Amino acid sequence: MGAAREEAETMESVKIAITVNGRLYERETEPRRLLSDFLREDLRLTGTHVGCEHGVCGSCTILMDGQSTRACLTFAVMADGAEIDTIEGLGGIDNMHPLQAAFWEKHGLQCGFCTPGMLMTSLELLRENPAPDREEIRDALSGNLCRCTGYQTIIDAVEAAGKAMRGAGQ
Amino acid sequence: MKPAPFHYIRAESVEDALSALAERPEARVLAGGQSLIAMMNLRLVKPSCLIDINRLSELDYILLDGDELAIGALTRHTAAAASPAVAEHCPLMTAAYGYVAHRAVRNRGTVGGNLCHADPASENPAVAIATGATLVLRSVDGERRVAAEDFFLSLYETAARQNELLTEIRIPKAPENQGWSFQEMSTRKGDFALVGVAATLECPNGVCSDARVVAVGVGERAERLGAAEAAIKGSAVNESSVAAAASAARDSVDPPSDFHADTDYRRDLVFTLTKRALLEAHGRCQGRS
Repeated sequence: MGAAREEAETMESVKIAITVNGRLYERETEPRRLLSDFLREDLRLTGTHVGCEHGVCGSCTILMDGQSTRACLTFAVMADGAEIDTIEGLGGIDNMHPLQAAFWEKHGLQCGFCTPGMLMTSLELLRENPAPDREEIRDALSGNLCRCTGYQTIIDAVEAAGKAMRGAGQ
Repeated sequence: MKPAPFHYIRAESVEDALSALAERPEARVLAGGQSLIAMMNLRLVKPSCLIDINRLSELDYILLDGDELAIGALTRHTAAAASPAVAEHCPLMTAAYGYVAHRAVRNRGTVGGNLCHADPASENPAVAIATGATLVLRSVDGERRVAAEDFFLSLYETAARQNELLTEIRIPKAPENQGWSFQEMSTRKGDFALVGVAATLECPNGVCSDARVVAVGVGERAERLGAAEAAIKGSAVNESSVAAAASAARDSVDPPSDFHADTDYRRDLVFTLTKRALLEAHGRCQGRS
């Protein structure tokens, strides 16, 4: 009880403005609100998945000002004024991003839990290095755990997506 | 909600951060948050006040200042790892970055935050000690400088006082004829080191005139292995003198046993990695002269 009261007493909220997938959101939030929970619960953008919640699994990886970031190791208040890209901004079923198409085509997923993090991490890689070799892809994805695929098909998918994007001049 | 509630202060300048630290003895500094927030999520720590320094772009720089490389404490790992100035003047750090975490963590994690966190298996404390770096600490009372060797006290414990902010890391430019190496073994790429060894070596005329050997993952802090340094100094560097130094390194440490590796295995790693590090550093000595 004492602890609960103490928490209630120290509760504070901060006004923040975050651009997610090009749309500006203004919200009041507690400082302790993780960006991952802010995205999922406050903005209802549940495409960003939350696995380990301490920065190990990579499922919650989003882009913050263009750089891959663990949403579970970032407080929403730290992203005030930032531009966030999540999986929802990548593409939908009717207009899939080449990365999404390649993951589909190459069976780069089974259960799909790790996929949003894999895609956002791969997006950063292909923007910086449009033609990565397999070792570079492995290195870039080393912080993203997948418990289904054994990774080989994910590497195939990123390689194929790179080719497709180069072909399309993206 | 995973972390316990805390009072949030966003510093807009270094002075801002320093006065907040002075006013609130309970406050902790929030830099990249890549270790602190993980620990808060697990409620291993419950700071009641955080001072967010992420807006202090004045602490985000890498520049040459006389004979030293000056790295602002808020420099992100990604920037330090890719910096041509770091590669030229502190190649040991560039080499160590081959083992530091993963891209997303390096994008947010900072050089200063990493040092202040003082994880005993982290790479940069070893780099700072091996290169003879100096850490610049500021408070409302002024500035003081602490040698990296005196900075790391114990597990997550440093010489920084509660009211001090690490603002800069100053690393003497690597001498032209110095070789370097960072060797590490971890369970998976990007994991914390089971053991890591940083070495620098100077070897004019075939005889080792100066060497530094620092190990991580072997105790409560990054440890300089004086016995290994003494064993190689004054000797011609070859397989047998390096093996003698590596044996001295192994015999001088008493690493912990845990789920990932026991004491004997870590000792063996100290031997093997010290050997590899000295040989690689020696090869680079010759290449540079």
